[in-house]
Formats: sequence, structure tokens, C-alpha cells
Amino acid sequence: MTKPLGKEGKYKDKEPTLKGTFASVLLLALFIVVTWLGVFVLFIARG
Amino acid sequence: MTNPKQSLPREVADRSGSAGRGGEPTGPSETTGDPHQGALAHAAEGHTAAKSAGTPAEHADLSAKSAGTPAEYADLSAESTGTPAKPADTLTQKAGLHMPYPPKDAAIVLSHIIFAFAALLLGGVAGLLQGLVRGGMVELPAGIGYYQLLTAHGVLMALVFTTFFIIGFLYSGIANTLGGKLLPATRRFAWFGFVLMASGTVLGTIMILLNKATVLYTFYAPMQASVLFYIALVLLVVGSWSSGFGMIYQYRYWRRKHQGQLSPLFAFMSIVTMLMWLIATIGVAATVILQFIPWSLGWVDTINVMISRTLFWYFGHPLVYFWLLPAYICWYVVIPKIIGGKIFSDALARLSFILLLLFSIPVGFHHQLMEPGISPLWKYIQVVLTFMVVIPSLMTAFSLFATFEISGREKGAKGLFGWLKYLPWKDVRFFAPFMGMLIFIPAGAGGLINASHQMNGVIHNTLWVTGHFHLTVATSVALTFFGITYWLIPVITNRVLTPAMNRLGIIQTVIWLVGMFFMSGSMHTAGLFGSPRRTAYTTYNDHPDAVLWMPYHVAMAIGGTILFVAVILMVYNIFAMMRMPKGDTPYPIGEVSDQAEPTPKLLEKWWIWIVLVVVLILFAYTIPVLEMLGQSGPGSPPWVTW
Amino acid sequence: MHIHRLEKIWIVVGIAMLGVFLVVVGVGAFAMGMQPPGSHHDHAHHTGAIDPEKVDETPPFDNPRLEQVGDKEYNAYMVGYAFGFSPDKMEIPVGSTVHFQITSSDVVHGFQIPGTNVNMMVVPGEVNYLSHTFTEPGEYLILCNEYCGIGHEYMATTIIVS
Repeated sequence: MTKPLGKEGKYKDKEPTLKGTFASVLLLALFIVVTWLGVFVLFIARG
Repeated sequence: MTNPKQSLPREVADRSGSAGRGGEPTGPSETTGDPHQGALAHAAEGHTAAKSAGTPAEHADLSAKSAGTPAEYADLSAESTGTPAKPADTLTQKAGLHMPYPPKDAAIVLSHIIFAFAALLLGGVAGLLQGLVRGGMVELPAGIGYYQLLTAHGVLMALVFTTFFIIGFLYSGIANTLGGKLLPATRRFAWFGFVLMASGTVLGTIMILLNKATVLYTFYAPMQASVLFYIALVLLVVGSWSSGFGMIYQYRYWRRKHQGQLSPLFAFMSIVTMLMWLIATIGVAATVILQFIPWSLGWVDTINVMISRTLFWYFGHPLVYFWLLPAYICWYVVIPKIIGGKIFSDALARLSFILLLLFSIPVGFHHQLMEPGISPLWKYIQVVLTFMVVIPSLMTAFSLFATFEISGREKGAKGLFGWLKYLPWKDVRFFAPFMGMLIFIPAGAGGLINASHQMNGVIHNTLWVTGHFHLTVATSVALTFFGITYWLIPVITNRVLTPAMNRLGIIQTVIWLVGMFFMSGSMHTAGLFGSPRRTAYTTYNDHPDAVLWMPYHVAMAIGGTILFVAVILMVYNIFAMMRMPKGDTPYPIGEVSDQAEPTPKLLEKWWIWIVLVVVLILFAYTIPVLEMLGQSGPGSPPWVTW
Repeated sequence: MHIHRLEKIWIVVGIAMLGVFLVVVGVGAFAMGMQPPGSHHDHAHHTGAIDPEKVDETPPFDNPRLEQVGDKEYNAYMVGYAFGFSPDKMEIPVGSTVHFQITSSDVVHGFQIPGTNVNMMVVPGEVNYLSHTFTEPGEYLILCNEYCGIGHEYMATTIIVS
């Protein structure tokens, strides 16, 4: 933390660490995108 | 204040002191032998208010932010003397002495739960037989039809099991969080609703068994069942309305007595659920009462099929959210307590429920994407609205992971995913609902595919759809309900969950997951290959495509059989739980993290949200329904094709 | 209401993902003509509502048939009934486009050709439209995918592409 803390920075300090949560939901989104694209490709291939 | 642990059997004390330990390391907040903790849990059994007395510091800022007055909790505990509840009872509760669950409320909750599981057993038998028939393994003895079983399975599982369980569960939490017990008027609403719903179920089941109503649970016109089947549906729905009114009555009473205060999260969410249900069931009530009943009595000759389908699906999609929202209540409110953590954010939890209320209804066309008579523009508009309802679920995913991560880090978890190790994997009250959450990821992903306008053509009315809702309602929701049962029955029967029963619960959950992996997995795959849903055994004259589906149908039957074993074990567990040792189990209601921001009062201004729901519904449906009425020619005469 | 920084990012990412899905299907449907059934762009043929009790006397369904309307282009006027499709068997050369137009003379049926995107509801009182180009030879199964009664699983026919 070498950067000076602005208003946002203060908030950030108070916020709990949620990097695992963030990684988890991004994995979730990745799963959704992959399955959706899979069926979309099937739709195009069958058109 | 006496320490209740001293007077309780050892396992009771263990459980009440470490509500979420399950053999894994937990943080100081849950593992202390601190008498406050015991008294806290103890008093919380029937009375949320009293629990704040155990940890005043923790709640100081909560009460300050929600009501602007630190006196909130004092108020709250004083409240129960203002209710018709017997003051003597509340006094003993506050003192932390052993206090049995209010027997009249227990009777209501237990009746609903037991009725629900009886329906699950019957529906499970039907499901098992269907699976075996479709897999080509058995032929039904003369007289029983595949589609008769399919109707019974759908009605008993999707309508009866869910509705009874949900109403029982919500009443238990309403009693717990809104004054410690149900008001006498609320109880009358509940019993009236129960009697109506139970009579509807019995009547409907008889009509199905008599083969007078083999129309599946979606009862699409112009197939015409016996009028008694439609009357049975009316009884079921009107009964659920009575129960909804009972909850709203108690909630309004509480709000009158607590002017300016934020209502408990569980109660708020229950009211959202029942409000959505009341608004949604207007559609099915309208089609049954205004269309099906006059038509099946012969008062009118024909029925407008498109209008009846549109009214059904106006109800049919919020129906699936009616199943899901109580599971979300468990995930948001109960699970944090069980894992020894805190609710991530009260405000975000309420916001996501409000969004679910707004967007779960005006979306029925995404079940009708392959139908004529609806313009593509209005189909697409409802597809967009359907995607909006995904947003609160994405928020929910974040909130739940955050609860897990914060709780794990408080207990010393390191690294990106270290907190996963701190979850109570060996506690069925966590494990079963958690597996439900996990399965909701593929379930939700499948739902997005289903709702994607023209892409629906890939999977519409194939086994993929059956596989999809066996992940949503029959895994995410069902496993959560099972997980709830493992603490709710102990709470209302004044017993404690034994380690042996906990282990059986874990086993039951694992069997369910294995069965569902085979069944739903093969359904999804066979569906992508084109195998239709709701179809008895056939190879279409040995057409090569249909022959290719057969191995998947066999895997479905195997999965279905494994699931049936899990149903039997669940029913056995219910009976066994009634014989567990007497003792005190607190009702697990999570507390909001002290880092969470205050909840805006706007979220509880109901009239705003009701007006918005109505506006959204009118926007989504007015023009297409007018077009439908304008274009439609003569209606359809009745048909009995089974 | 304060929202955690990472949750804000997540909500933006999530909404962006949903937005991309909607744009992809929206462009496909409204700009590239890949609409779901019920919306055949050839409006001249849109008869709209039909009296479900008079299907057998209402053209073109009084004479269910496969009719060539151009080079490798066909109209299939079809009726779904409990428990079959009419016309029963159809044959077309490979590469043909078929415009299916179908209604029901009794209850609700389905019309699905596995392995293709041909999938639509057959609703009494309404005509549904869907076009498909058969680029591969074979005997395609046409089946009913909406429960229509005791013989639902027998309700099927084929279209031979050669």
C-alpha cells in the first residue's frame, strides 16, 4: 500500500478480502459462457 | 441466567454450542463454551428478539442502522407481551430455560412437512416406474398407463411436495422471527389452507388414479379432464392463498407493533415469496375458473387454447421461482448461521428478492417460444425480461461465496480458495443445501440456454428440459429442503439431531447426487440428440436416431432407481428423526455481518414494488394478449385422447 | 447503499455476459431471419387463425400435401392429429428447402425433426410455420414431442431426403 489513500482507498481498506469469491463467480460465468456457446454452435450447425 | 448446557445431554450441548462445526475447524464465534452462546441459541429457539441479549455489542450497530434507535431490540423483546401470546411463555424464554417449541405451531409445521414427504414418496414410486418403462425394462400391468404415472409424478412432486414443504417451512420461520409464535388468526389461516390443499391433493390424486385426468400437471387444453380434477387444483391454489394471507397477516401485525423498524430478513423474504405466489397464481386461477371449469361442465362448448396456455405460463414460470425462493431463504438466512458465519449483506439480500419478485412473472413467453400466435417481438421482449431475472441470482452467488469466504478467513483461512476447507462438510444441514447451490450452476446455465429465443428450438420439449428441471427443482431445491428438514424436525419436535442421523443424511444426499448425475446427465445428452420428453417407451419403428437414444434411457432408469433409494432413505429418516433424543435445538437464523451497510427503507415500501410488478406484467402481456384475442377464431371442443 | 468493489465488477461482468447473449440471439433473429417458428416472413401465406373443427374443409389443410413451389423449394401443408401426421411420407431431393405449415385437428401436438432445429408447437386453431433446408441425405424422423394422449409415442413419420 504505497499509493495514497483517497476516499475510495478508505473504503477498500474497510472491505473484507473477497478475492476467492470473485474468482469463484468468474469461474461460474466461464461455465455459463462455455455451455451457452456449446449449444449456440449446435444451433448454428443444425440450421 | 442459567447455562442451559449444564442441564442438557452432552450431544445437545455440543450441537447448540457449535452449530456449524461438523468436525472441521471453526472460529471462536461458534466453538466457545461461552454461556451466552448457549443461552443465545437457546432463547433464539422461539424468539429472535431474545437472542440479541446474548451479544449486545454485535447488534448495537445493526439496530442503530436499521431503526436509528439502539432501543430496537429492547422493543422487540417487549413486543411479544403485546402479542396474544401468553406472557408467561415469553418470560421463560427470555430467561433461557428449556422451552418447548409452541405445540400449536409445531402441529402446523409438522403436518405440512409430513404431507409433503408422503407426496414425495408416492411421486417417487411413480417416477421409478416411469424410468423403468421408458428404459424398456418393465411393462406396466394392465390398467396402469405410463401417462397416468407421469401425471401423478408431476402433480405430486412439482405441485404438492413443493407447496406443502414451502408453506410449512415459511410458517416455521415466520413464527420464529415475528414474535416467537404464530398469532391465533394466523394459525386459523394456516389450518384452513392446509385442509383445502390436502383435500385438493386427495381429490386430484383419486381422479388421476381413476384415469379421469391423464392430462399431465400442465393440463393443456383442449384435452379435457374431469371437472373434479380442475376443482382439486382450485382447492390446492386457494388453500395456498389462505396460507399466504396468514403470513401476511402476521407480518402486518408485527409491522404495526414495530413502527419504523426493519422487519427480520426471513420474514421479509417469506412475504416476497408469498406475494409473488399470490400474483402469479391469479393466472392459473383465471384459466381454471374462467375457462376450464365452465368448459368441462359443458356450459361453454369451446376453449381458447392460446389464451389458456398463456395464462398457464404466466403462472408456470413464477411457479419455478416459488420453489426456488424458499431455497434462497435457506441459503441467505440459515446457512450463514450453520457455518458459523454472518449474512454478507441484508440490503443486497433484500434487493435480490425484490428483483426476483419483479422479473419472475412477466416472462412466461419463454416457455412458448415455439408457438404460433405470439409475435416474435413480444417473445423477444419477454426473453430480455427473463435475462433480467438472472441478475439477482448472479448477486446471490456472490453473496453466498462471500459469506463462505469471510467466515473462512475469520477462522484463519489462507490463499485464494483456502476458506473452502473451513466449511462444515460433515454437517448435513450444510452439505445438502451446499450441493443444491453447486448444482444450481449447471441448472442456471441450462436455464439461460432454454430462454435464448430461437436457440430454444434445439432443446424444446426434449428430455434436455426434463433434465434441466430435475437439476433445478429436484436437486437444488429438493436437496435444500432435505437439508432444512434435518434441523427443522428436531426444532419443532424438541429433539436433537444425532451424529448417526447426520451421517444417514449425508449418505442420503450422496445417493441423491449419484442418482441425479446418471438421470439428469443422460436426460440432457439424449435431449440434445432429440429424444422427446413426456413420451413412453418407443423406438419409432427402430429409427436409427431413436435406437441411439436407448442407452441413455437405460442410464436414466438406473439413475431413477438410485434416486428412489434416496427417497426411501429420506422417508425413513423422517420417521427416525421422530425418535431421536429429546433436547433443545435452536432455530438457525443468521445474523447480519457488522461490516454490512444499512438496509434502505425503500426496500420495504411494498406498494412501490407491487405497482412496479403490475406495470411490468401489463407491459409484457397487454399487447400480445390483445393480439391473441383479436386474431383468434373459434375455440376448441373438448378431447379425451387417453 | 455501499456495494463491495468486487461485487460491482461482478455485476457489470454478469450483465455484460447476459447482454452479449441477448445481442447475439437478437441479431440472429431480427437481422438474419433466424426467428423461432410462428413467424414465417412470407406473410402472404399467413392464414392466422383456423377453425379447429373445420380443418379438413379449410384450404390448404383440406388437402395435406407436399407441393413444389420452386427449384428445390417445397411447401408442406400438414395436419397433426391423434396420433399421426398427414401427409404421412414425404420425399425431397437433397438441398431442398421445405416450408412447413402445420395445424392440429384435435389437441396440441409437437413437430420435431431430431438432428435439426425443426421444433414447433402444433396448436389447434393456429397455423405454425417453420422452414428448413435439408443439406444431408437420409431418412429424417418427424415426431410429436408434446403429450397428446395414449398413443403419443406412436405419433411419428419420416421425410426422405435423397
